[in-house]
Amino acid sequence: MSEQGGAAALAPRLAEIAGHENVITDRRRLRTYECDGLTSHRCTPAIAVLPETAEQVAAIIRACTRAGVPYVARGSGTGLSGGALPSADGVLVVTAKMRRVIDVDPANRRAVVEPGVTNLAVSKAAEPFGYFYAPDPSSQVVCSVGGNVAENSGGAHCLKYGFTVHHILALQVALPSGSLVWIGDGTGAAPGYDLLGAFVGSEGTLGIVTKIVVRLTRLPETVRCLLAAFASTEAGGGAVSAIIGAGVLPAAIEMMDALAIEAAEAAVACRYPEGAGAVLIVELDGPAAEVEREYARVRALCEAAGSTEIRVADDPGERAAIWKGRRAAFAAVGRISPAYIVQDGVVPRTALPEVLRKISKLSSEEGIRVANVFHAGDGNLHPLVLFDDRRPGESERAERLSGAILDVCIENGGSITGEHGVGVDKSRYMTKMFGPADLDTMQLLRCAFDPAGLCNPGKVFPTPRLCGEVPGIGRGVHPLVASGQADQF
Amino acid sequence: MVDPLATLRKVCATVRTGEPADAVFGAVPAVVACPATVAEASEVLRAAAGNNMAILPRGTGTKLTWGTPPERCDVIVDTTLLDRVIEHAAGDLVVRVQAGLPMARLASQLASAGQQLALDAPGTVPAGPGQAGNCPAGTAGTVGGVIATGAAGPRRLRYGTPRDLLIGITVVLADGTVASAGGKVVKNVAGYDLGKLFAGSYGTLGLIAEAAFRLHPLPQAAAYVTVTCASAAAAAAAVRAAIESQLMPSAAEIDRPAPGAPVSVCLLLEGTADAITERVTRMRDAVGTGARAGVDPPDWWGLSGAGATALRIAFGPGELQSVLDAVDEAAAAAPQVLSPAIRGSAGAGVLEASLDTGPEPDTLASFVTMLRRRLARPPGWGDVPGASVTVVHAPAAARGAVDVWGPVTTAEVMRAIKDQFDPGHRMSPGRFAGGI
Repeated sequence: MSEQGGAAALAPRLAEIAGHENVITDRRRLRTYECDGLTSHRCTPAIAVLPETAEQVAAIIRACTRAGVPYVARGSGTGLSGGALPSADGVLVVTAKMRRVIDVDPANRRAVVEPGVTNLAVSKAAEPFGYFYAPDPSSQVVCSVGGNVAENSGGAHCLKYGFTVHHILALQVALPSGSLVWIGDGTGAAPGYDLLGAFVGSEGTLGIVTKIVVRLTRLPETVRCLLAAFASTEAGGGAVSAIIGAGVLPAAIEMMDALAIEAAEAAVACRYPEGAGAVLIVELDGPAAEVEREYARVRALCEAAGSTEIRVADDPGERAAIWKGRRAAFAAVGRISPAYIVQDGVVPRTALPEVLRKISKLSSEEGIRVANVFHAGDGNLHPLVLFDDRRPGESERAERLSGAILDVCIENGGSITGEHGVGVDKSRYMTKMFGPADLDTMQLLRCAFDPAGLCNPGKVFPTPRLCGEVPGIGRGVHPLVASGQADQF
Repeated sequence: MVDPLATLRKVCATVRTGEPADAVFGAVPAVVACPATVAEASEVLRAAAGNNMAILPRGTGTKLTWGTPPERCDVIVDTTLLDRVIEHAAGDLVVRVQAGLPMARLASQLASAGQQLALDAPGTVPAGPGQAGNCPAGTAGTVGGVIATGAAGPRRLRYGTPRDLLIGITVVLADGTVASAGGKVVKNVAGYDLGKLFAGSYGTLGLIAEAAFRLHPLPQAAAYVTVTCASAAAAAAAVRAAIESQLMPSAAEIDRPAPGAPVSVCLLLEGTADAITERVTRMRDAVGTGARAGVDPPDWWGLSGAGATALRIAFGPGELQSVLDAVDEAAAAAPQVLSPAIRGSAGAGVLEASLDTGPEPDTLASFVTMLRRRLARPPGWGDVPGASVTVVHAPAAARGAVDVWGPVTTAEVMRAIKDQFDPGHRMSPGRFAGGI
């Protein structure tokens, strides 16, 4: 069957549902959506639609399901694992027009927003009441809350405040079955299975979220931000261990190495201490009395760990200045390298020094530079593998190094992704982290929500599970492998 | 009919006939199997599957009276031999344990390293600075049971419930499949979060065999600020003031022994020894005159009511006064007048209503129905209830006459999930919401 024909043939029906001005069939305009933040993977969808209501989203799903056409949801398209990579033969459902902040309810510490609302817009809406939305990915000016829900996004302050899943109280979801349901009841303590916990972080494979009830957090009384320079990442790591070991739980602890600092300087002139082998950004927040004491402790520990320079923000402007370099880091490496791969591995924090040494060694062996930016407090690394794709063989070496770094993370008891998600980017590494029974069992969830396999197919799992089959019993060639739609690892 | 005892003895070293003490809601299971390893647990479930036996997981059984009675129970899989701490990575603030480990023993071991699993489910007395949790023997339960029931206590306000602290899980499905999700690092979004799915699932999806948690350091100091309020309105105002103060209480609890009685409001502050004093002073000012402070919790702190019937009410924390009023109205309107005691995490929006004697079946049913109706006011965003009332435990006759779990918007999806994970419906059948 010509799937391309199948999806394109939906245009009239989609126009009926969402209005013809919200349906895009023009190939040039569709190219805008060919990738998300993972620009190495591109695929133009057959058709794109921009619904404005939850009912429209549900109707779109029903139309796709009737036609046997896959569908993929896209928020702001800033994801770094290709979660919003379209299907060539499918419909791309873009939530950009669903961007109302429906309600802010500070008495109940919650707000209701549509999925296209940007992360930062939620905090801005809550601020007049003395509240904010805690999960703060670096892309928060642009990224959508719907996308955050799909990826269970973290951000620098997740060390203290947790991830998106800790801040969702209810979701209205357009299910693959075609119905619109509320999951959770806004209290965070609804009876029944924790479907909120299962849905958040499911990378758009279990349905499309149409309304989100977020938990609001009281703004801290005091925020203290300091930047500490060290001669090396080892020394910086020592400070981090000392801070955690002292029982202090900062709101954030970030580290950048010399190469990352160089890139940030070139991009935004952040003026971090010159010649530093590493910088640590530590942020403390909470009641004034606690913060002052913790700050004194942290400062002393940084000095004891050999910090060469410490800067403290005395006002929001200085705080923003300290964060400027860190927030710009990913994009900044584009200034010092024609191409780069962002990795997102996690290792136990105590393994960080050893892992950084290994990465450095692997980097020399491959002759490929790696800039390191990471959430030092929770062992979430973002090695930026820098290469020149014009030079023969360098792309392959960069990929190999990238994979080797993930191997190191897994060997050390970590994870292949701390916050960016698996998407298409890392599905081939899932078998390194999980066994066949683990992946099969996870996919039981997918079978329950999406037996037809049309909701963001091909993401997360390397080999789709045929729903209803008994795992572990191989018979001949897997039909999806035979038809060329999947590889088996 | 195959002899269940003989069948399971082939695969598990410790198997015995069920005794009266093993009765679940009055029904004695045929067999109790105590696997000593996850592999053995897998064999037990596989063997049970082969003989269409219904399974009920059990730790120390402290929460078996919660929920609804299982429709069938042939085998109790007792996890108390799965009681090891597998790995305590203190430097990473992570612990991996087997599900049969008693919470009290875990608390003690973690405390000796200055750390804690920040859960204080009913039955535990909260740890003082540097002290292990101290609880009456056997009432705190096991790790598996706490996860399976989602049990939490006063400090849920700050730290959340089991699902918020769980970072990895290993389960055994009804067919014997052993599967893991998550891992042993806090930041991890690889794959679906089966840990959260299993949290609060009352043993209906599979056996929880191992779990990994993120830990917190034990606080250097703790202090309790208590104020007695004459009315629901005053109590709600005090709780609201405490939460809005930016003083970051770790818990905001209330206790009201009977309708019309004064309400005790108690805030827990945790932090550094010096800073605590200043925060205590400010908190006392915030919550009103007559507030007193101390290092010990009130004697009702973190304990479940002693009544034969307990309800759990969950609501938006801003609705506290309405909830207390609704409870009083429903209690006064019941066929026989009720006098529910209210206690719990007002600041987090979860309270327990405890009734001294088991009410007549009609009385409890009427009370719960009216309370649900009163609380289910749409908050303006569609048909979401915004509040829930569940019957945690009640005497048999009263429980039989009431909808224990209440309406669930996701019943259809839940049943689809159940059908995938346990197609034979043999894992704790009938124990849960949605008819599962």
